[in-house]
Amino acid sequence: MSRKSRRILLGLAGVAVIVVVAGILILRGPGPMTFAAGAKVALADYRAADPTGVPPALAKASLVERGEYLARAADCMVCHTAPGGKEYAGGFAFKLPFGTLYSTNITPDRETGIGDYTDQQFLDALHRGVRRDGARLYPAMPFTSYTYITDADALAIKAYLFSLPPVRATPPRNTLAFPFDQRWAMTFWSVLFNSDERFRPDPAQSPEWNRGAYLAEALAHCGECHTPRNPAFALDNYDKFAGAVTAGWRAYNITSDKATGVGAWSDDDLVSYLTRGHAPGHGTASGPMGEAVDHSLGRLVPEDIRALVVYLRSVPPVASPDLPATLAPPAPASYRQGGNLADIRGRRVFEGACASCHSWTGQSPLTPFATLTGARAGNDSSAINVAQIVISGTRRHTPADALSMPAFGNIYSDVEIAAVANYVTARFGSKGSAITADDVAALRKQGSQ
Amino acid sequence: MATLKINGETKDFDAPDDMPLLWVLRDVLGMTGTKYGCGIAQCGACTVHLDGQPVRSCLLPVGEVRDRAITTIEGVGATAAGAKVQKAWLDLEVIQCGYCQSGQIMSAAALLAATPNPDDADIDAAMAGNICRCGTYVRIRAAIKRAASEA
Amino acid sequence: MSFTHQSPLVSSRRKLLGAGIAGGLLFAFHLPVRGQDKPLKVSDVSTGPFAPNAFIRIDVTGKTTLVMPQVEMGQGIYTAIAMILAEELDADYTTVALEAAPPSDKLYGNPAFGIQATGNSNSVRAFWMPLRKAGASARAMLIQAAAVQWKVEPSACSAASGEVIHAASGRRLSYGALAEAAGRQTPPADVPLKDPKDFTLIGKPLKRFDTPAKTDGKAIYGIDVMLPGMKFATVASCSVFGGKVGKVDDTAAKKVPGVRQVVVLDDLVAVVGDHMWAARKGLEALNITWDEGANAGVNSAAIWDALRKASAGDGVVAKSTGDVAKALAGGDTIEAAYELPFLAHAMMEPLNCTVRLTPDACEIWIGTQVMTRVQSEAAKAAGLPLEKVTVNNHLLGGGFGRRLEADMVAAAVRIARQVDTPLKVVWTREEDTQHDVYRPAYRDTISASLLNGRIAAWKYKVTGSSVLARWFPPAFQKGIDIDAVDCAVDMPYDIPNFHVEYVRAEPPVPTGFWRGVGPNNNVFAIECFMDELARKAGKDPIAFRRDMLGKQPRLQAALDLVARKSNWSDTLPARAGRGVSVQPAFGSFIATVVEAEVDERGEVRLRRVTSAVDTGIAVNPDTIVAQLQGGLIFGLTAALYGEITIANGRVEQSNFNDYRMLRIDEVPPIEVHVIKSGEAPGGIGETGVTAGPPALRNAIYAATGVALRRLPIDKEAIAVRSKT
Ligand code: FES
Ligand code: FES
Repeated sequence: MSRKSRRILLGLAGVAVIVVVAGILILRGPGPMTFAAGAKVALADYRAADPTGVPPALAKASLVERGEYLARAADCMVCHTAPGGKEYAGGFAFKLPFGTLYSTNITPDRETGIGDYTDQQFLDALHRGVRRDGARLYPAMPFTSYTYITDADALAIKAYLFSLPPVRATPPRNTLAFPFDQRWAMTFWSVLFNSDERFRPDPAQSPEWNRGAYLAEALAHCGECHTPRNPAFALDNYDKFAGAVTAGWRAYNITSDKATGVGAWSDDDLVSYLTRGHAPGHGTASGPMGEAVDHSLGRLVPEDIRALVVYLRSVPPVASPDLPATLAPPAPASYRQGGNLADIRGRRVFEGACASCHSWTGQSPLTPFATLTGARAGNDSSAINVAQIVISGTRRHTPADALSMPAFGNIYSDVEIAAVANYVTARFGSKGSAITADDVAALRKQGSQ
Repeated sequence: MATLKINGETKDFDAPDDMPLLWVLRDVLGMTGTKYGCGIAQCGACTVHLDGQPVRSCLLPVGEVRDRAITTIEGVGATAAGAKVQKAWLDLEVIQCGYCQSGQIMSAAALLAATPNPDDADIDAAMAGNICRCGTYVRIRAAIKRAASEA
Repeated sequence: MSFTHQSPLVSSRRKLLGAGIAGGLLFAFHLPVRGQDKPLKVSDVSTGPFAPNAFIRIDVTGKTTLVMPQVEMGQGIYTAIAMILAEELDADYTTVALEAAPPSDKLYGNPAFGIQATGNSNSVRAFWMPLRKAGASARAMLIQAAAVQWKVEPSACSAASGEVIHAASGRRLSYGALAEAAGRQTPPADVPLKDPKDFTLIGKPLKRFDTPAKTDGKAIYGIDVMLPGMKFATVASCSVFGGKVGKVDDTAAKKVPGVRQVVVLDDLVAVVGDHMWAARKGLEALNITWDEGANAGVNSAAIWDALRKASAGDGVVAKSTGDVAKALAGGDTIEAAYELPFLAHAMMEPLNCTVRLTPDACEIWIGTQVMTRVQSEAAKAAGLPLEKVTVNNHLLGGGFGRRLEADMVAAAVRIARQVDTPLKVVWTREEDTQHDVYRPAYRDTISASLLNGRIAAWKYKVTGSSVLARWFPPAFQKGIDIDAVDCAVDMPYDIPNFHVEYVRAEPPVPTGFWRGVGPNNNVFAIECFMDELARKAGKDPIAFRRDMLGKQPRLQAALDLVARKSNWSDTLPARAGRGVSVQPAFGSFIATVVEAEVDERGEVRLRRVTSAVDTGIAVNPDTIVAQLQGGLIFGLTAALYGEITIANGRVEQSNFNDYRMLRIDEVPPIEVHVIKSGEAPGGIGETGVTAGPPALRNAIYAATGVALRRLPIDKEAIAVRSKT
């Protein structure tokens, strides 16, 4: 080989390395708080009130009580509890395209739970996605968010979990197909996509913003559902909070975009939605967001909710081009006008099972929770959430008088559910959907449980 | 102590705001014509009128009712549409066990008040939320048409 | 006419009388909203001026009270019984009053069962002669009394509309005026009954007694009973069959406003409150740990495996004629197996029972199909002798067989024992659905051979739970459940070699009678297989059947009529079809055609249903039409949607959101043609239920070519793309 050609080769290799590195960097994208351009500092160097830990009212509470609040804020319970199962005993199924993952038992049972975890092992799991036996966790466990939790808060959570009654329960075996069953591969993924750093406040922002950022990014892990993912299944913060489909449900755009995000919502609307899962004129939280409100957000103190609102408002607007910018007004009172008239089945299902609660106008005569007017789901021409709610219903606990919707997935066929979803979006949204029975069949498979 | 306007009368009662109207009617006021069938707004047995509109009382918190006028099966005969429906129901002998029929009659009366000459699709839209386990649907449809024709 | 939904007229007779006279009316409705009037006592039926038998009482004002041995659950039986009694009594039908009978097997036992039960569509069949005789004998005594007074021959007198008439002299005496004297007459040993051609009531589409009070909210069902000082309770039983209560933490429940008490029994927990809402909220707030027991691992797949395994073995022979083995071997043989799922009753009125318990008495308010069983269950649960238990029966918001059980009574009394006040126990729809006694799952295997286009041999085996063996052991003899083989052993087709077996296989799921009972299963399997055989024989389904109905002229006539009325031979669009079923069930001969269409995705739409029925003398033809319309819808609902499934020992369905009902917008026009007949009346309450499903399945078979062998209809199997 001539020197020249060697040089060319070397040059090419160099370019390749640069391309790969650049590619990785692009893929890896910005961190969750990068959009706030201020220089972040280590927590120890931050002068204002500590944005981590528990709210001041709980400052004097015991370690376990503090851990309980933080565990709630991190919403550990929902994913670590199987339907009808014992709390925190695992077995909740994450249905992924390449198999099913089951959450683990995080009660202090020594054999089947985490009773034998040392502090360091617990931190390794939470921050780095490394199990006690050294195996790698899948990112269904949001360790790339939890990594921002301080050691002190993580250990408070551990203390709380260890105060629970141990439950002997082994979750079912994961059913992942090759190559996704190769846990070791997650090592590389983690190197690329887990920053493995603790929360660093931004002195240029208000203390309230910093508290909100800690809650949203480290604990509540909002981005895990609301931020789209890149091809490597990592959060794509170029479009931070712009909405995504996760586990068969669509998490909507919560950027400050006025038309398709929450930019036009009042503070009261946001507070109400986060604490009650419902805001007048904006619909009702269902599916995973309903659970997040019931088990986590709805149980945070008001200052923390306000901090979250402050933080949310600062997230740069990103438009969702596929969501209609305008919401539809109430539908006509008569079934004769409005709705998708092409498929009679949609109206049939609606008149039998839906109209009694939601009314033909979409404004429920029974409860604001059932009012469809203004709800994002009805205005979403993918109809994903409408179909999903028909299939699995909603089970709301917050506030005490919240009404739930029963699940209809067992009595209506895919054809009927597609028809009613198309009917509902046509009647109550500004642009109707056209989903098919096959889409519904796919949605049925994706819903986690 | 709160009050409700039921069938033109004012009734005092004592119950929490989140209690569905159904149970206030049945268990507190002893007005048992309105029936419990499912409790999830799927059967229509509990239908009453609120300012003339049919609603499922099993999910309607009594606190939401306030001063709106409630009409129940015990009082619907005093309305023009209600009386016509009741008569047609008897003329065509619609009823079997009858348990669903308070709700059927309330839904039909509201339909006729709003749509004096309903066609089959109108009837479907107004009545499909009312289940009849005895299967009286064929006669319900006929009786609504009969009631409509007796304007 | 008037009618009381329960039996309070005895103690309030005076009050009523007063009201009637003062108002110038005969007898006004008496529908106590609070239902605390004293019920009729058995001894009362023989008191009063004229009580010739258990069914009739006439007082001096002429008030005629007819006592209803069978219960009204929508089937119109009160009206039919009143018509039969009044017909032979020549009472003034427009003024008779009805009362529900008190519990007494001796006086009111159903002649078909020997106990006081309403079921199996046999009320009119079983009581037809006893009621006619009761009416006729009472009339004879009234005539005798008049004849004595007038000093004329009884044969010179006649009766009409509540009066005895001496035509020769033009004298008349009302039944009221004769009541006392009639009471002193000896009942005649043998009275002539009317010639059916002289009937003035029977055969007319008369208005029902029970419906006016059902249009204005006045009718009182069991669930509507209100007693002074009453509390309300609702219950939770372990969702796994047979499970027991483990630990109960009621701290939160007791804080719910209106909750008064939490009652924990070994198998259920009840919350008592000021109203149902408090009780429900309280129940939701309870933290109950269940001891799930042995059935926690049971699921539908395993139950079906077990049933299929049982069905592979030999059964007990219920009937055998000719030489089936030989005929099967010699002909063109085909085989099939049909399966029917568990079903819930889902009556619109959820289970309930109201109890007032004092140290020495127990009073029950309920709507039940089994009065005396309710009484004995209550006595057992209360630890009281039978005569200390009074039962007030009410209108039933649907029975369908579920109210042939008394489990809710035992539960309510056991709860009431822990509570100081009168108590109304109401099951939520969810508890009702999950603690039913389910229509058994069945598997039927058939092999048959054809010879010259006719069936030469037929071998049929039913496998399933025996409800009769539990419910009425005397009827379960030598391993044969006569209900489970009903319509299988007495198939209408003329088949020379014929063999029927029964295999009893009990699942770990409680089973019970369900509207249509045994014939549901057998008619389905038989009529589906008939269509498969017709296709094999290359014949039209109606022609194929007709050829073999030579010995069943009534059924043949019904089949001919339905073929005409349903436009059987007219062409239909693609993927639409007509299906037929014929059955001699419950003593009625019915042929039914269902027209349905199936779209590309397997969605079924009913287009039209036509039935022709010969039910013998049609006591009230309008009720017969109504029962068939309703029964067909009940059966078609099950065929399209009905299935109870079990996972981890629990029923997966709970309410109408997951146990689907046919709604008005899915129901097609239904025509029922009643054939005039002079035969004894047949049963009608369940006839439509069993007729609908096979006709629908055969319509789908005609529309798609797919021979479904299982219910409910599997949409995927009949979608275009799954046809290979
Ligand atoms: S009880 Fe209200 S709709 Fe069924
Ligand atoms: S008449 Fe019985 S449920 Fe409708």
